[in-house]
Amino acid sequence: MTKRYALGIFEDEDVLLHAVENVRAAGVKIHDVFSPYPVHGIDDALGIERSRLPIAAFFFGMTGLAFALWMQIYMLGFDWPMNIGGKPHIALPAFIPVAFELTVFFTCHGMAITFFTITGLYPRFKVPVMDVRATDDKFVMAIELDESSSQLPQLTQLLRDNGASEVNQKEMTTK
Amino acid sequence: MATLTHQNSATAEQLVVTAGARKTFITIIVAGVVLLIIGLLASIFHIGEGEHAAAGEAAGHAGAAAAHGAEHHEGSPVWLKRLLVSLWHSNVFFLGVSTIGTVFVAINYVAYAGWSVMIKRIAEALSAWVIPGAAIMLVVFLLGRHDIFHWTHEGIMEKGSANYDAIIAGKSGFLNLPFYLIRTVVYLGIWAFFSWKLRQLSLAEDQLGGTVWFHKSINASALFLVLYAVTSSMSAWDWVMSVDPHWFSTMFGWYVFASWWVSGIAAIALTAIFLKQAGYLRALTSNHLHDLGKLMFGFSIFWTYVWFSQFMLIWYANLPEEAVYFNQRLGGFEGRYTGMFFFNLVINFLFPFLGLMTRDAKRQMIIMKIVCIAILVGHWSDFYLMLMPGTLKGENGFLIEIGVAAIFLGAFLILFTRRLASASLVPVHHPFLDESVHHTT
Repeated sequence: MTKRYALGIFEDEDVLLHAVENVRAAGVKIHDVFSPYPVHGIDDALGIERSRLPIAAFFFGMTGLAFALWMQIYMLGFDWPMNIGGKPHIALPAFIPVAFELTVFFTCHGMAITFFTITGLYPRFKVPVMDVRATDDKFVMAIELDESSSQLPQLTQLLRDNGASEVNQKEMTTK
Repeated sequence: MATLTHQNSATAEQLVVTAGARKTFITIIVAGVVLLIIGLLASIFHIGEGEHAAAGEAAGHAGAAAAHGAEHHEGSPVWLKRLLVSLWHSNVFFLGVSTIGTVFVAINYVAYAGWSVMIKRIAEALSAWVIPGAAIMLVVFLLGRHDIFHWTHEGIMEKGSANYDAIIAGKSGFLNLPFYLIRTVVYLGIWAFFSWKLRQLSLAEDQLGGTVWFHKSINASALFLVLYAVTSSMSAWDWVMSVDPHWFSTMFGWYVFASWWVSGIAAIALTAIFLKQAGYLRALTSNHLHDLGKLMFGFSIFWTYVWFSQFMLIWYANLPEEAVYFNQRLGGFEGRYTGMFFFNLVINFLFPFLGLMTRDAKRQMIIMKIVCIAILVGHWSDFYLMLMPGTLKGENGFLIEIGVAAIFLGAFLILFTRRLASASLVPVHHPFLDESVHHTT
C-alpha cells in the first residue's frame, strides 16, 4: 500500500522540538520524526506512550530461568545423575550461575527479536527511508497526507512557520 | 517536555533543623540508651537465657570444630563483651556509610556527572560522621580489642605459650598490634582528610564561584578514589575479616564495600526524599529519584553477586578451613544465626530486586522510602552476621546491639543534619547545576 507523506526538514534539534509541540498543538497528527541521534525529550513531545518492552523482558527472563532450572534438574538429577564431590544430585547453589546466564540470554534475545519485529527495523534488502539526510545532519518530521493531498499547502505553511528549512513530499510503499 | 521549554533554575536553599526534628533525634538516642540498659541488665542477670546459653555454648564447640581448641568463654563478662562488640559493629557500619558520602561525591566528579549535583550536599554531609567514627573506632580498639579480636590475645603468637596458635602465629607479619594500628590510622586519616578537602572546595565554590574549584575537586577525587580502592578493601580485612583470624576470603574487601556502598546510596536517597517532603530541594524531581533507585537496584544485585561468589566457591570446595565460616552461620551454635542468614538474603536481595524492578516503583517516594529503610536495616544485619559469630559465638543477642545502633543513629543524625544546615542545600555555583535541574531519564 502506498502512502503519501509531507516531510518537514529541520536543521536544529531545539527548533524541531518546538515545532513538534506547535504542530501537535495545531491539531496535526505527526506520523514520526527521524533524527541522526536520540533527541532528549522527543518521546514526550511526540506524546509517545512508554514502551511495554520491559514487561515482555520480564517474561522472557522467567522463561529462561525456568528453562535453566528444568534443564539442570532433569539432566543432573534424573537423566544422568553424577556424584560431584559428594554433593546432592540436585544442588541448587551450583545451578545458580547457569540459571543466571540463561535468564540473561533469553531476556536479551527475546527483547531484541521482539523489538525488531514490532518496529519493523529487522534487517532486509530494501529499507524504507523517508529522507537519507536523517542519517546525517538533518531532522525529518513526517506527516501522513490523505489521497488528494489537499492539506499540503497549509501544512507547508505551518512547517515553514515553525522553522522547517524545506518541505517535501514523499510516497512510501509499506507492507 | 516541560524541562526543555521552560527555563528552570535552582537557587540557594537553607535547611533549618526544627526543634521537632532535634527532639526526634534525642528520642532515638534515649530509646537506644533504654534498650541498652535493659539489654545489659538482662545479660547480667541472665534473664531469658538460663540454661539456653550453656546449651548454645556446647553447640558452639561442634559448630566451630575447625577452630582451634576448646572455645570456652574467655575474656570479659558476656555483657561487656557484647557491648564492646556491638560498639565495633555499629561503628564499622556507620563509619562506612559516612565515608560513602565522600566516595559518591568523588565518583561523580571523576565521571563528570551532572545529574547528581542536586544531591551532592547530602553526600557531603554524610561524611560528618567520619571523624567521630574514627575516634570511637580507635578508643574501642584500644580498650576492648581482646574481646573483639582473638588474634590480640596474650601469647597467641609465642611458641610454647599455652595460648599458642600456629595458624595465627603465621599471620603475625600482618596481624600485629603496631602495624594494625598504623593501618587503621592511615585509612581513617585518608578518609577524613579527603572528606574535609572536598567539603572545603565545595564551600569555597559557593562563596567565590568560578570553575577552578571544580577542577581542583576532580583532582582530589581522582586521588581519593585510588586510595579508597585500596583502603576500603584493607579496612574490611582488618576491621571485619580479622575477627575470624583462621578464616580468609579473597572476596571479602568487595563484599564489605558493596554493603557500605549500597547503604550509603540508600541513605542519600532517603535523605533526599525526607528533604523533598519537607519542602526543600525544589528542583529535585522524580528523575533524580529514578537514578538513585537504579543505583540501589543495581548495587543490591552487585552485593548479592559478591555474596554468592564467596558462598558458592566455599560451598563447592568444602574445605574445612573455609567452610567453617558458613558452618557457624548456617546451623552452627544451635542454628541461632540460620534465620538471620536467610533474612539477610531476602531483605538485601529479593526485596530491593522485586520492589525496585519497575520504573514506576523507582519514581515513587513511598516505595523508595520503604526500600531505602529495608536496605539500611538489611546491611546493618549483614555486618551483624559478619561480626557476631566470630566474636560472641553462641552468646549473641539483640537488645544491646539494637540499643547501641539506635544511639549511633541518633548521634549520626544530629551531626549529619547540622552539617546539612551549615551550607546551602544546592551548590549554587557548581558548573553542572543546570544539567541537574534539567535532568530527565
